[in-house]
Amino acid sequence: MSSPPVLRIERLRKTYGDRTVLRDLDLTVEAHDVVCLIGASGSGKSTLLRCIDLLEPTQDGTIWFEGQDVSDPRVDARAVRKRIGVVFQAYNLFPHLTVLDNVMLAPRKVHGLSADQARARATELLEQFGLADKADAHPDRLSGGQQQRAAVVRALATSPSLLLLDEVTAALDPLLVGEVLEILRRLAEQGTTMVLATHEMGFARDVATKVCFLDDGCVLEEGSPAAMFSAPREQRTRQFLRRIL
Amino acid sequence: MADWRPSEAQQQRLVVARRMHRRSSLLASASAVVFFAVVALALVSSPGWPTVRATFFDWSQAVEAWPDVVEGFWVNVRLFLLAEPLILLLGLAVAAVRVSRSPVLVPLRMIAIGYTDLFRGLPTILVVFLVCFGVPALQLQGVTTSLFWLALVALVLSYGAYVAEVFRAGIESVHPSQVASATALGLSNAQTLRHVVVPQAVRRVLPPLLNDFISLQKDTALVATVGLLDALGTASDAANYSFNFTPYLVAAALFVALTVPLARLTDWLGRRAMQRERAGVP
Repeated sequence: MSSPPVLRIERLRKTYGDRTVLRDLDLTVEAHDVVCLIGASGSGKSTLLRCIDLLEPTQDGTIWFEGQDVSDPRVDARAVRKRIGVVFQAYNLFPHLTVLDNVMLAPRKVHGLSADQARARATELLEQFGLADKADAHPDRLSGGQQQRAAVVRALATSPSLLLLDEVTAALDPLLVGEVLEILRRLAEQGTTMVLATHEMGFARDVATKVCFLDDGCVLEEGSPAAMFSAPREQRTRQFLRRIL
Repeated sequence: MADWRPSEAQQQRLVVARRMHRRSSLLASASAVVFFAVVALALVSSPGWPTVRATFFDWSQAVEAWPDVVEGFWVNVRLFLLAEPLILLLGLAVAAVRVSRSPVLVPLRMIAIGYTDLFRGLPTILVVFLVCFGVPALQLQGVTTSLFWLALVALVLSYGAYVAEVFRAGIESVHPSQVASATALGLSNAQTLRHVVVPQAVRRVLPPLLNDFISLQKDTALVATVGLLDALGTASDAANYSFNFTPYLVAAALFVALTVPLARLTDWLGRRAMQRERAGVP
């Protein structure tokens, strides 16, 4: 029997009051997949990512993560989050900690690594992503691109089996977008399983293994980047792509 | 860059700017001198001035009262030096309990809410009375009857409630995205509070906290009402003995001398915090 998909979502429903944000959403992510969620603002991309990390309660449907039904209220949400890395649009680094301490916090406090082990791992990652000289700086001394790279390193420090990225380049100066996309490209090459909400269509076309178009809270159309960008089936997808490309 | 010299026009601008600056500082000094001279004159030429000078500004009385009042002031200094760390601990603990969501802590949370509501509502002077006179009246075994320690407890109880609210406001001012990213990293609620929220909150509330401590330094004088011989108590004794109010002014001068440096420190910290905020932390 083959291993279960990293993530399988069935008929997910999410509402805020009487506003329905996600309706009957289905999504499957296999190991080493790079899934790009595209769609207009408000189509539910960010909400979906927050639901996957159990940061938001959902109203119906099921999320299986590594074969486990994590929609069950008895599930230990922390144990699930330990295996998922998240990078937010606004970086959300901890401003009172140095870059190194930002990266070391979860490995030490959540995963029980010793200070030395955590430092070794963090230093190695920071070097790998060109931030070794910023290890002892506080986040406010870094450029937006450097902060976002540090946030990616922080998410990777605990070796998650799934990485969620929520429009990680949306807050960046156009000149700095490239350096962040570059490291995501490298992560994809290393086989990191990722789900990204993104407006970077060039990146989605080059790197994604699957592109999902979200419209009005559900996946209206999904397919390989080649199929999605050259021959979208749905009228709404065509409209969206025409506007954004 | 090295061989840059201000242009002709710039040199003229500098001359004009210097002249304007000189004029405005002259104007400032002149207006200050005139203002204070008028106030002093009005005071001194008022009909009751000779009496006021004799009862409030008698130098010989000040010299005579000085040693006792200074010794009494030492009680105030010890009171707030001991009270401040205790208040910080109590305030932070109460604030942490109030923002916690653990179901186990529900009874503690109810106590914390009752405590802050009650002690912020009670005038500090009543708390001092209640603790200093009420506790000894209970005749409990092993509980101190020393007025100093009871007064300390009263001040800590009263100010702890304020400081708890200051801490809570600081904790709640930390942006939810910080909590979200700590949660996403797998930190528990308690770990998020301890490693992410409280350190940021404390930095943010430091200036208002110091402001409360300035207020506490003055309020240590409330212990005089229960008969403790602090600066106000000794001054009051001296004044009652000589029918002259100058010792009160001596006590006042001592309190001001202590609070002004702390007030300047508070201003400086506040300015620095604002600069940091504006440096563009997202």
